[in-house]
Amino acid sequence: MLKILKYSFYDLSRSRWSYVYFFFYLLLGVVLLFLNNDLSNAVITLMNVIIILVPLIGTIFGVMYFYNSREFTELLLAQPVRRSSIFLGQYLGVAISLSASLILGLGLPFIIYGLFQSGAIWDFASLLISGVFLTFIFTAIAFNIALSNENKIKGFGLAILVWLFLAVVYDGLFLLSLVYFQDYPLDKFSLVASMLNPIDLSRILILLKLDISALLGYTGAVFKQFFGTGLGAFTSVFVLILWVVFPVWRIKRIASKKDF
Amino acid sequence: MGRFYFLFLFLGLTTSFQAQEIEVCKSCEVKTIQVAVDRAENGDVIRIKSGVYKEHDITIIDKSLTIIGEGLPVIDAEMEGTAISIRAEKFSIEGLKIINVGRSHTNDFAGILISNSKNFEVKNNRLDQVFFGILLENSSDGIISGNKITSNAKNQATSGNGVHLWKAEKITVKNNEIIGLRDGIYLEFVNNSEILNNLCKDNLRYGLHFMFSDQDLYRGNIFENNGAGVAVMYSKFIDMQDNQFRKNWGSASYGLLLKEINDSELKNNIFEDNTIAISADNTNRINYIENDFKNNGYAIRIRGAVYDNIFERNNFLYNSFDVAYTGRLNENKFINNYWSGYSGYDLDKDGIGDVPFRPVTLFSYLVNKTPEAIVLLRSMFIDMLDFSEKVSPIFTPADLIDEQPQMKRIQW
Repeated sequence: MLKILKYSFYDLSRSRWSYVYFFFYLLLGVVLLFLNNDLSNAVITLMNVIIILVPLIGTIFGVMYFYNSREFTELLLAQPVRRSSIFLGQYLGVAISLSASLILGLGLPFIIYGLFQSGAIWDFASLLISGVFLTFIFTAIAFNIALSNENKIKGFGLAILVWLFLAVVYDGLFLLSLVYFQDYPLDKFSLVASMLNPIDLSRILILLKLDISALLGYTGAVFKQFFGTGLGAFTSVFVLILWVVFPVWRIKRIASKKDF
Repeated sequence: MGRFYFLFLFLGLTTSFQAQEIEVCKSCEVKTIQVAVDRAENGDVIRIKSGVYKEHDITIIDKSLTIIGEGLPVIDAEMEGTAISIRAEKFSIEGLKIINVGRSHTNDFAGILISNSKNFEVKNNRLDQVFFGILLENSSDGIISGNKITSNAKNQATSGNGVHLWKAEKITVKNNEIIGLRDGIYLEFVNNSEILNNLCKDNLRYGLHFMFSDQDLYRGNIFENNGAGVAVMYSKFIDMQDNQFRKNWGSASYGLLLKEINDSELKNNIFEDNTIAISADNTNRINYIENDFKNNGYAIRIRGAVYDNIFERNNFLYNSFDVAYTGRLNENKFINNYWSGYSGYDLDKDGIGDVPFRPVTLFSYLVNKTPEAIVLLRSMFIDMLDFSEKVSPIFTPADLIDEQPQMKRIQW
C-alpha cells in the first residue's frame, strides 16, 4: 500500500493541478493578509473559503483522479497486489497531496506575515485542522461515488450534487426545521443535526475558536455544556474522525467486491 | 520680624494641641485595638504594629482618629461579625489587613463599616475572605483608595459586595482591586461620586452596579470576567469613560447592562470578548461616542423602549453580531461608525462609504426568534440569506442604517 501511496503522491506532486491548487491558496493567503492588514479578520474570511472550497475541490479532484487513473488501476489489479491497498493507496495519495497544498499554500503567507507572534495562531490551527479533515472526508466520498458509478458524467454530477447538498441545501433545511419546530426544545436536535454534516461540524470546530462568545449567549444547558467545556471540541473532532473512517471503510468494501 | 512672630505662634499652637499617638502591639502597653480606640481622644493617631489581632466589632464613635497599620497588621474577625465599624467625622484608616469577616443572612457584616460619617479616607488596606468589604451608609465626602479586596463568593445569597455604598454623596473610589465577591462596587442612592481606575475581576454578579444613583462618573476601570461587567439601572447623568470591559462570558453576561437610564454618555470605552457587549433596555438620550467593540458575540443588543440613543464614531470590529434590535427605530441613530463587516466602496475618496450600512442582519433576527439557530452562524446558506435581506429588507428594520459608514478604523 505504501508503494502505491508513494506512487500516487509523486504522480500528483508532478501534476499541474496540485500546483494550481497550491498557488491558489498561496495567492489567497497573500491577498487576504496584505489587503486586510489584520490577522483575525483574515482568519474569518479564510474560514468561509475553507468550509466551501476545500470540500468542493476535494470532491472534484477525487472523482477526476479516480476516473483518470482507471487504466493504471486496471493494470495494477492484474498484479499480485491486494485490492484494498491499491485503492487506499490511491486515496491517501490524493488526500495527502491535497492537504499538503492546503497547509503549505495557506501556511507560508501566514508564517511570513508573523503568525507565530500573533494570538491568532490557534484560530489558524483549528482552521487548518478542519481543512485537512474536510479534504480527507470529501476525497473519500468522491472515491465512493466514483467506485459506484462507471459513468463519468453521472459520477461528476453526483459528486457536485453531494457537495451542493452538504454545503448549502442542508443548512437551509436545517434552518427551516428549526424555525418550523421552534416551539419544541431544539438544542439536542440542532447539535445532532450539525454532527450529521461534516461541513457544519468543521464550521462548529472553527466557531468554537472564533465566536465562542456568541455561542455562549444561548441559554440552553445542553449548549452550555457542549460549547462551554472541552466537550464540544472533543466531540467534533471525534465525529470528524468517524466521518473519515466510515467512507474509507466503504471504499475498502466496495473495492473488494467490485467487478472490474 | 512680624512674620517670624506669627510662625512661632503657629508652632507653639500646634505643639500644644499636638495629637497624642497611641501604639498598639503585642508587647506594648496597649495590646488591643479596641482599648486604643477607647483611650484615644479626638485627633489622635493610633499606630498598629504588625501582628495578628483577633478582634471583631471594633467600634469607633464620634472620634476623629487616624489609624495607621505598620507592616500590615492583621485583624482577624474569626468569622464573627464586622471587623471595624465607625461613625465619625474626619478620620482615616490605612494599611490594615482584615480577614475572616463573618457571614450572615440577616446582617451585612463588613470588613470596614462606615455609617453616618463625613470627610474620611480608607486607603491601602487589604481585605481578604470578607462578606462585605467596605460598607458605607449615609455618609459623604470620603475617599476609598488603593484597597485590595478579595473573597471567594460561591453564590449570590451568601456573599456580599466589595465596596458597597448606600445613600452617599461625593465619594471617590479609586485604584482599588476587587476580586471574587458578589458585586465589585455597588452604589445605591449615591450621587456626585467618582469611580476611578479600579480593577473588578471574577465577581459573581456585576463588576460595578449602579442603582438609583445620579450624576456619577466612572473612568479608567477594568472589568473582567464578572457575571456582567457593569450594570447601570434606574440612574441618570452617568458619565462612563475610558473603561475596559473584557471577557464577560455566559448566557446572561453583559459587558455593560443598561436598564432605565437616561441622559448619559459613554466615551472611549473598550469592549472585548463579551457575550453581549452592551444590552440596552429602556434607555433614553444616551450618547455612545468613540468606543471600540471587538470580538464580542453581540456588540449592541437593544431591547424595547429605547429612545434617542446616538451611536457615533464607534469601531465595530469582528463581532459575531454588530447590532441586535427589537422593536422600532424610535429616533435612535447610527452614524459615522466603522464597521469591519462593511463591504461598500468610496468613489469620491472622502473616507465615507457611498453605500449605507445595515448593521442588523436577518440572521440576528432569526436567532432572536429561534435561539438554537446560532449553530448555523457563518454558514454559507446564512450568508446568502443575509445578503438577500440586505438587498431588500423585509424582516429587519429598513430605516436602521448607518448613512455614513467610515472606510477606515476610527482613531480616537
